[in-house]
Amino acid sequence: MNIQPYRYCFTGIVKREFLRFIQQRTRLLSALIRPLLWLVVFAAGFRAALGVSIMEPYGTYITYQQYITPGLCCMIVLFNGMQSSLSMVYDREMGSMKLLLMSPLSRPFLLMCKLVATAILSLLQVCIFLLIVQFVGVDTPPLGYLTAIPAIFLISFFLGALGLLLSNLIKQLENFAGVMNFVIFPMFFLSSALYPLWKMKEASIWLYWLCQYNPFSYCVELLRFALYQQLDVTAFLVVLVATVVVSIVAINSFAPKQVSRKGG
Amino acid sequence: MSLRVIDLSYDYGRQPVLKSLSFVLSSGFNVLLGPNGAGKSTLFSLLTGLYESRQGEITFSDLDLKAQKRRVLALMGVVFQQSTLDLDLTVQQNLLYHASLHGLSSQQAMNNVSGILEELQLLNRLNDRVRSLNGGHRRRLEIARALMHQPQILLLDEPTVGLDNDSRNLIVEHIRELAKKRGICILWATHLMDEVQSGDQLILLDKGEVKAQGKAGDLCQQHDTDDVYQLYRKLTKTVEIM
Repeated sequence: MNIQPYRYCFTGIVKREFLRFIQQRTRLLSALIRPLLWLVVFAAGFRAALGVSIMEPYGTYITYQQYITPGLCCMIVLFNGMQSSLSMVYDREMGSMKLLLMSPLSRPFLLMCKLVATAILSLLQVCIFLLIVQFVGVDTPPLGYLTAIPAIFLISFFLGALGLLLSNLIKQLENFAGVMNFVIFPMFFLSSALYPLWKMKEASIWLYWLCQYNPFSYCVELLRFALYQQLDVTAFLVVLVATVVVSIVAINSFAPKQVSRKGG
Repeated sequence: MSLRVIDLSYDYGRQPVLKSLSFVLSSGFNVLLGPNGAGKSTLFSLLTGLYESRQGEITFSDLDLKAQKRRVLALMGVVFQQSTLDLDLTVQQNLLYHASLHGLSSQQAMNNVSGILEELQLLNRLNDRVRSLNGGHRRRLEIARALMHQPQILLLDEPTVGLDNDSRNLIVEHIRELAKKRGICILWATHLMDEVQSGDQLILLDKGEVKAQGKAGDLCQQHDTDDVYQLYRKLTKTVEIM
């Protein structure tokens, strides 16, 4: 089999997503400002209210900023995944999705390229964020940045696939606000991103169980441990299985019929 | 290259849109003429595999669209009625993205398209953002892009709608030249009768049915009409289009 056409196609799709990304400078800015506001403003206020005791993977007492950093990284990835979902719906509405569907290369391959492109963009944004947070007192072991990369990539792929799945369900661009209310916020708040789950258990047992069943919690924990050069096996397996399942469902449910419009 | 459609039907729920269409197209300039709502765009969606019909067959030479879709798509260039350009990218970036989707390298793609860009007066606009192009240039770019992978069949869905006369003429002439020079099969969907010439193969579509097919001049003779406009009125009993 000649793999050259697939290589050109992969490069072309990634390049296009990158070009679109760098042309939307406000997108990068808002992707960074949102978590930085949480880190600098929200975390400062909650630092006094929430004491975080020694817990894995941290070997000592840590600041609240330190605690929520992995959650905020995952927040960046989550928003980017949803942004890619929005972009798919936009492409569908504007007609440019037809171009992708007219490719003679296999559709699952094309969609996988899209997911990889989304994951690369997410990884890039998280790396920039992790560089910035060093200046606001968040210390991470230097090698942790390296071990975090595959974790961020896997999480990005999972959330990108979730975005793709949602884009199949969203019929119109206007419905995207619903995604914010029913996907992003519940996923983020019902997770271990902002508070350890044992704290949640003390507050409400049913909320604790919702957090336990939320795959986003496992994304956050996977990254938290990866930043400390450790592997949370349970989190890794949950995220891996979720990635495979959501990717398969998203790719198989991708319906070209939604792409074409009735006309003359 | 030939396109054969046999007994093709399609419906949106209970509403039938195409009713048992059958026709054969061969190399050259073929016109699909019909008013808005005749089913032209639906037919295009079926021919390009975006929709799947429950009834009927579509074959390109000896390739069945359903069974060998990817091979068919490799031979097909399409210009849709709705623009599919990325407005925020430059002309060249749009072209290269399309090329990559067809598995072409940048160099190969630009080699293939540079002559067409020159003919369509787009060569000096390569680094301009598509957003800055006017409607005529955008259409020409879509045509150049559709030809980039050197297709053997080119489908154009109302490519001149909304364009001024000069742009329209340039596009129509270019596509006619292309049909002659390269011998590719072109299907030109339109509701504008002045784009039909007597030597063109014509398919007259109305309310999802083929009302007539054959050489435009021959059809006029057969139905004892002076021109395509009269032919259209006679067969569809409408005066909607001009």
